[in-house]
Order: sequence, then structure tokens, then C-alpha cells
Amino acid sequence: MTRTRFHQGLDDLKQKLLTMGGMAEQAVERAVRAYQTGDGSVCQLVLRDEGKINAAEREVDELAIDLLAMQQPMAVDLRFIIACIKINADLERVGDQAVNIVERVMDLARHPKSSVNADIARMAALTISMVREALNAFLTADADLAQTVLERDDLVDNMNREIFEAADKAMTHSTETHRHALDTLLVARNLERVADHATNIAEDVIFWVRGADVRHHAQT
Amino acid sequence: MDEQSHISVENLNAWYGSTQALYNINLEIPPRHTTAIIGPSGCGKSTFVRCINRMHETLPNTRVAGKIQIADLDVYGKGVSPVWVRRRVGMVFQKANPFPTMSIYDNVAAGLKLNGFSNHGELDKIVERSLRQAALWDEVKDSLKKKSGASLSGGQQQRLCIARALAVEPDVLLMDEPASALDPISTAKIEDLIFDLKQQYTVVIVTHNMQQAARVAEYTAFFLMGNLVELDKTEKMFTKPSDKRTEDYITGRFG
Repeated sequence: MTRTRFHQGLDDLKQKLLTMGGMAEQAVERAVRAYQTGDGSVCQLVLRDEGKINAAEREVDELAIDLLAMQQPMAVDLRFIIACIKINADLERVGDQAVNIVERVMDLARHPKSSVNADIARMAALTISMVREALNAFLTADADLAQTVLERDDLVDNMNREIFEAADKAMTHSTETHRHALDTLLVARNLERVADHATNIAEDVIFWVRGADVRHHAQT
Repeated sequence: MDEQSHISVENLNAWYGSTQALYNINLEIPPRHTTAIIGPSGCGKSTFVRCINRMHETLPNTRVAGKIQIADLDVYGKGVSPVWVRRRVGMVFQKANPFPTMSIYDNVAAGLKLNGFSNHGELDKIVERSLRQAALWDEVKDSLKKKSGASLSGGQQQRLCIARALAVEPDVLLMDEPASALDPISTAKIEDLIFDLKQQYTVVIVTHNMQQAARVAEYTAFFLMGNLVELDKTEKMFTKPSDKRTEDYITGRFG
């Protein structure tokens, strides 16, 4: 009764999702690079590739639905497919956040620079590492690694709050540069959302591997 | 009333000649629920249910050791009649086996008549009630005594056999792959029926179809090579089984 075709389908699903994960991670990296360098051509790359991520999302969903309908998976396989469907939605949203960031970067270029003291580079590095490790945890079915991703979400939230305060201060200080401060604040907000998606992905990996629901600090 | 149909199995072993088919089975089957028995071919699941109503011993050179208790009834107790056990524990088989020359009515009444029941007014009521419970009444009520059991479709024949088993008012209903020879619509009717029956009976169903187990049973037991691997709530068995062997079987990684 070994189900070769079914297991091949599960492998394909994983491969497609990892490819999509790579695209989403690259989109965030490029968006952050665009923020740091102000390079408009990098912004264009992110905007160009958004459609590819959206197409990949549909493809992953279709394959997952086919497997559910045609193969009636059970136990760990059922958990895997459910996790893939959820991770898929999170990765698509990561791609959207990258687009949001480059839109801010393009806006920043048009306005005078503010004195907002925001360590976006540090926040971005942490956020991107969370996405990468959540995807590595998915690749290797490593729930322990996924757990470490969850533990970093609070750090990103704290950085976001710090940047909020800094932007508030900068806007109070100078009304002429408030637009710049506002864009910076929104970039931080977008990065914070990316970290939330990475956290969701890590939670889904734990659900798949251990069958445990750890969302919202639930104990199982 | 629930205690009437609780099944308790202790150290059950069964043999066909020198071949052991069941090894030290210990489990509790909750009353008024449906429990599915799953496992690969030859794992002992049919042997197990056939031990519950002492059908196993009807084959030559078979042997059973251990204890099965159905409420106050010690199934293998000294002096306990297998006929009495089968009166308390009805059984439905994979292939519908109505008495071919008997009318629909007589098929349902056969068990009672065999036990000397002769009150015709009461018999009519029991036949109707049993056919209604088996979701067959509306389809056969106008031809009860005119048509033979064998003239019905496969799905109807299987429901007729269920009605026949219910007519003697058992506490437990055993079903050995009752829908495996039926089309999807007949299967759906049998499954709906099983779902309703558990309100009154303890149902134990052997099935090869795991989706069927998931649809009809609150509890599922997994057997492998004559051993009980685990018994748990069906929902848990099919989403997060405790034993790796169960997971490997239900996900098709061996079998």
C-alpha cells in the first residue's frame, strides 16, 4: 500500500513552497537594500517579481487542494498539507510587505531627509534571519529551530516600538521632514509584519512536525 | 443502560490450528459509540470481532484464550451458550446474506421465530421497527411479504441484514466490512445508518476504508500482526496518532 505517487506529490509541494519562500525572502532583502542605498532599479526588481510570487501562491494552493481531494491524507501528511497552505499565504504576504517597503523607499527619495534615529538595518537583519530560519526549519522539519524563530519576534516588536518613538520625536522636532519620518516608520512597521509572518511559518512547522498548536502561546 | 453494552477484553489470544492470529489483546470498547477496527489484511481485525460473538469457534481447529466481558455477560464463561451470546451480539458481514427464499418480512422475523416468538401482532411491530431502524422501511413496506430478500439490490440486502440483526434487540452490533461491496450511494446510506445506530447500540465495525472509519467511528483501534497497536479517539488517530506504526500505516508508508 505504499503510496509512491502521493509521496511524490508531497515532495513537489514542499519544493514549490521552498522556491516561493526563496522568492519572498529575496524580495525583502532587495527592499531593504533599496532602503539602504536608495537604488530605484532595485525597487523595480521587487515590483517586477511580485507577480511571480502571486503566481507561485496559486500554484501551491492548487497542488495542495488536489492532494487533499485526491489522496485524502492522514496524520503527519494531513498536517503537512495544512501547514503548507498556511505558510503559502504568509509567504505571499511577505512579498506584499516587500512591495510596501519599496513604495516607501520611492517616496523617501522625493522628500527631504529627517533626523529620525532609526536602526532599520539592525531590524531588517533580524527580520530576514527569522524568515530564512523559518524556511530552513520547514526544509529540515526542525521544530527546535522553528522554536528559536518564535523567541525572536519580541525583539523585532521592541525595535518597532523604538522606531515609533524616534519617528514621533523627529516629527515633533521638524514638520518639514515629517514625511520622511513617516515613511521610515512605515518601513519599520512593514518589517515588523514580515517578522510576524516568519513567526506564523515557524508555528506551522511546529504544528506539522509535532502536531502541537503553539499559536498565541497556546499550550498543548 | 450503558453498562449493558460496554465491552471489556482481557488478554485475548486466538488461533487457527497452530497459527496464532491474536496476541494478548486488551481493550475497552465504550458503550453506545462506534469503534472502528483498522489494519492491513491478516492483522487479526476480523478474527477479533468474530471472537466477540463466538463466531471464531465455529471454524475447525480454532481456539480462543482470554476473557471478553459484555456488561454482566462473560462471553467465554463456563456454561454460557454461544447462541445466547449471538442473541446479545448481532453481526453483519461483508457480503449481504439474506435467506434467499424467504420474504423480506420473514428475513427480519427469522431470528425471533427461531427463538420461538409467535405473537404475530408484536412480530409485525418488531419487523417494522427494525426495518425503520435500518432505513429500509419506506423502500419495502408495500412488498414485505410479496418479495424475497434476494430480490432487493445489494445495498438494500445489506440493510435487510442489519434489520434482521436488530430485530432480536442485541446490545452490540458487529459489522465486518459492511459496505465494501457496495456502491458509493449505498455505502453512504449504510454509513448514515451506523451513525444513527450508535445511539442505541454499541457498534464495532471492521473496515479497510480509513475514510469510512473517520466518517462513522468515534474511536478507532489499529491492529497489526495480531497485536493491538493503539486505540484512541478517531480524530486523534487520524491527525496525530501516538504510535509510529499507526502513522506509517495510515499515511501509506507500509502495508
